[in-house]
Amino acid sequence: MKKSVILGAATIAGLAAGAAMAGTVDDVKARGKLNCGVTTGLVGFAAPDANGEWKGFDVAVCRAVAAAVLGDASAVEFVPTTGKTRFTALASGEIDMLARNTTWTFSRDVDLKFEFVGVNYYDGQGFMVPKALGVSSAKELDGATVCIQTGTTTELNLADFFRSNNISYEPVPIETNAEAQQQYLAGACDVYTTDASGLAATRATFENPGDHVLLPEIISKEPLGPLVRHGDHEWGDVVRWTLNAMVSAEELGVTSANIDEMSAGTDNPEVNRLLGSEGTLGEMLGLDAQWAMRAIKAGGNYGEVFAQNIGEETPIGLARGLNAQWTDGGLLYSPPFR
Amino acid sequence: MSDVSFVRTEMLPEQAPPASEVGVIGWVKHNLFSGWFNSILTLVSLYAIYYVLSGVLPWTFQSVWNANSLTECREIMMATWGSTHGHACWAVINDRWLQLLFGFYPSHLYWRPILSLVLLLVALAPVLYSDRVPSKLLIFSAIYPFLMPFLMWGGTIWGPISAALGFVVAWGVYSVLSKQLSELIGMIGAVVAAVIWWLVLSGYFTGAMDSILPIGIEAVQSRQFGGFMLAILLGVVAIGVSLPIGIVLALGRQSDLLIVKYMCVGFIEFIRGVPLITLLFVASLLLNLFLPPGTNFDIILRVMIMMTLFSAAYMAEVIRGGLAALPRGQYEGADSLGLNYWQAQRLIIMPQALKISIPGIVSTFIGIFKDTVLVSIIGLFDVLGLANAIRADTAWNGIYWELFAFIGALFFVVCFSMSRYSMYLERKLQTGHR
Repeated sequence: MKKSVILGAATIAGLAAGAAMAGTVDDVKARGKLNCGVTTGLVGFAAPDANGEWKGFDVAVCRAVAAAVLGDASAVEFVPTTGKTRFTALASGEIDMLARNTTWTFSRDVDLKFEFVGVNYYDGQGFMVPKALGVSSAKELDGATVCIQTGTTTELNLADFFRSNNISYEPVPIETNAEAQQQYLAGACDVYTTDASGLAATRATFENPGDHVLLPEIISKEPLGPLVRHGDHEWGDVVRWTLNAMVSAEELGVTSANIDEMSAGTDNPEVNRLLGSEGTLGEMLGLDAQWAMRAIKAGGNYGEVFAQNIGEETPIGLARGLNAQWTDGGLLYSPPFR
Repeated sequence: MSDVSFVRTEMLPEQAPPASEVGVIGWVKHNLFSGWFNSILTLVSLYAIYYVLSGVLPWTFQSVWNANSLTECREIMMATWGSTHGHACWAVINDRWLQLLFGFYPSHLYWRPILSLVLLLVALAPVLYSDRVPSKLLIFSAIYPFLMPFLMWGGTIWGPISAALGFVVAWGVYSVLSKQLSELIGMIGAVVAAVIWWLVLSGYFTGAMDSILPIGIEAVQSRQFGGFMLAILLGVVAIGVSLPIGIVLALGRQSDLLIVKYMCVGFIEFIRGVPLITLLFVASLLLNLFLPPGTNFDIILRVMIMMTLFSAAYMAEVIRGGLAALPRGQYEGADSLGLNYWQAQRLIIMPQALKISIPGIVSTFIGIFKDTVLVSIIGLFDVLGLANAIRADTAWNGIYWELFAFIGALFFVVCFSMSRYSMYLERKLQTGHR
C-alpha cells in the first residue's frame, strides 16, 4: 500500500529536510506549488465552488503570491485549516503561508513566532440587532441576550465593552457562525456580535435583510492579514511586497485591464519600477522583473479583488470604509516601490 | 320417547364473530382503544404523528429542485407558493451532490472510487455470505486491500505490489525459521523482516521497478479526497483492519505471557482512555511537530491509522466479552482433544466467541463509521466539512436543513444496512434451543 512508500520517503526526506528548510522561496520554486493555508470556508474570503475551485478575498492573496513566485496563479495547493490547526500547520511547515482572516495581535506575532506581513482587511467587531428591537446604539443594549462565539477574542472584547459602559448582558454561547445564524433568527438572542464583515455576510443570507440593522459601534480592532514563519525574511519579503504591489497598483491606477499596456513603460517611474520596465526590484527579491505584473494580473489590484469578492456589487455588500486607499480616507498605505 | 326434548338436540351452526372483534376494527379495538387510558394515548400519538408529518412532508415534497442560489430558490418559492416558509431548497443538493459524494476528486476519474466500491462488495461477498458465494472468490478478497489503494490514489502499480511482497517476505522467513528453529522465533523473524521490507527496502524496490517498467495510472493527491467517499474509505479501512487487530489484542489480553499481556492491556486502556478527537489532533498537529520539517506523511493515512487503532481497542474489549462468556468447559474440551493453542482458537473458541459478540462488534462498526465525520474538525473535507464549505459560498450561505437531511440520509442507509446484516447473521448462526 501507500504506507511503505511514504514511510520510506519520509525517512529519506527527514534526513534531507534539515538542510532544505533554509529558504521557503527555493522550496516553493523546487516544488512548483505554493502551499497556502486558508479557512475551511468563510463567505467571501475563501470557499470552494462546485468544481472544487477556491475563490475569495484571502484566496486571491495566495494566487497573487503563486503568480509572483511561480508565474502561475493556479499553482496553489489550498490547505484548509481550522481555527485550531492553522498555527501548527504554519509552524510545522505544512503550509508556506497562511491567508486565513487571522487577526494580527502582539502575542501571535511575538510569542507564537510568526510574522504578519501586512493587513489585507481592516475589520472590527460589531453588533447586529432586529430592527423591531428599536435600538440605535450598542450602549442601549443593557440586559440584552447576546449570541457570541466561545473561545474567540470577540468574547473578551464584548466583556470589556459592556463593563466599561457599565451595562449588563447575558451571553448565549455558540460554536459556529452557522449555529449563530439559526439561534439569532429563532430569537434565542437579541443581539449577534462578531466581526463586521461576518455580520454583513450573515445578514445578506437572511430572507428579509432589511429587518435587521448593524449598530454603528465598532468595539475592537481586527486587522486581518497574511502571515509567514518567523526567521525566513526572504520569503516574508516576497509575500509582503506582493500584497503591497496589489495595494500600490490600485493607488497608481494599474488594473488587470490596462496592465499589459502599462507594463510596456509609462510616464510614471513608480509604475515602471513596479511593473519591471525600469529598475531591478524583482532581482532584489530573488525573482524576475515581471513578478509584480503577474501578481496583479492574477486577480487584479486590491480594489478589483475587493469588488469581486466582498464589495458592494456582491451579495455581501461591504463598503470600502477603512479599507479604502489612504488617498480616499482609508488606511491602505503601501510603502513606495523604490 | 316423546318428540318433546327439553334441551337442544343438535348443535347450532357456528356464527361469525361480532364485527367489533375481528378484522381491522377488532385489531384497532384491541390494540389502540382497549381502555380509556390507551385511547387517550392513541389519540395523542396520532396527533403527534400528524403534526410532524404535516410539517415534514410538504417541506420535503413541495420543494425547489432547480436554482442557482438560495436567493433564487426563495424567489421561486414566493412565485409558486407565496411563502418561503416550509419549503425545502433541494437545489443545493442538485448543484453539489457530486461534490458531497466525491469531494474534490477529479471528475474524469470518478469511475475509480465507484469501481473500488463495486469491487469492495465483490470482495466482501464471500466473507459476508459464505454459504451462497463460491469460496474461490476469497482470493479476490485477499487481493482487494492492495487493489483498492492503487485505484483510489493511482500512481505506479509497483507501490501496492511491493507492499504485498512484504507479506511474501514474511511468509518466506517464517517458513524457513520455524522449520529450522522454533515457531516463536519464526513469527518474530517474519514480523521483523516484513517491517524492514516495508520501511527500508520497498522504497528502493518501487523506485527501481518503476524506472524499469513504468506502469501506472494518474495519481490523485490525498488533499483531493473528500465527501462521503472519505467517510466510506476511512470507515472501511478502520472496520476491516480493526477486527483482526482487535481479535489479536483480546487474545493477548488473556494470554499467560506476561509481556504480551501487559502490552495489550496498556495499549487498550491507553487508547480507550483518550477521546478520538485527541487522537485526531495528535495525528494532524503533534506528528507534524515531531516529524522532521518538510516531511510529507500523508494526512489521510495518519487519520486512518489513528481511527483503526481507536476502533481496534474497542473491538478487543467487545471480543473479550465474547471470550469471557464461553464456559470453561469449551477450553478444557479443546485441550482434551489435543488441539494446540491456535487450533483451539480457530476451531472451537473463536467461532463461538465471535458469534456471541456480533451485536457488540456491529455496534462498534457503526460507531466508528459515524465517527469519521470528526475529521472535519482537523480540516479534512469530509461530508460535514463540505457542508460547511458549501455554506461559505455566497450562493448557498444560509442553507442548513437540506444539507443535513441529505447527509443524514446517506449515513442512515449505510448504518441501517449494517444493522440489518448483523441481524441476518445472528439468525443464520442461531444454534440455541430457543
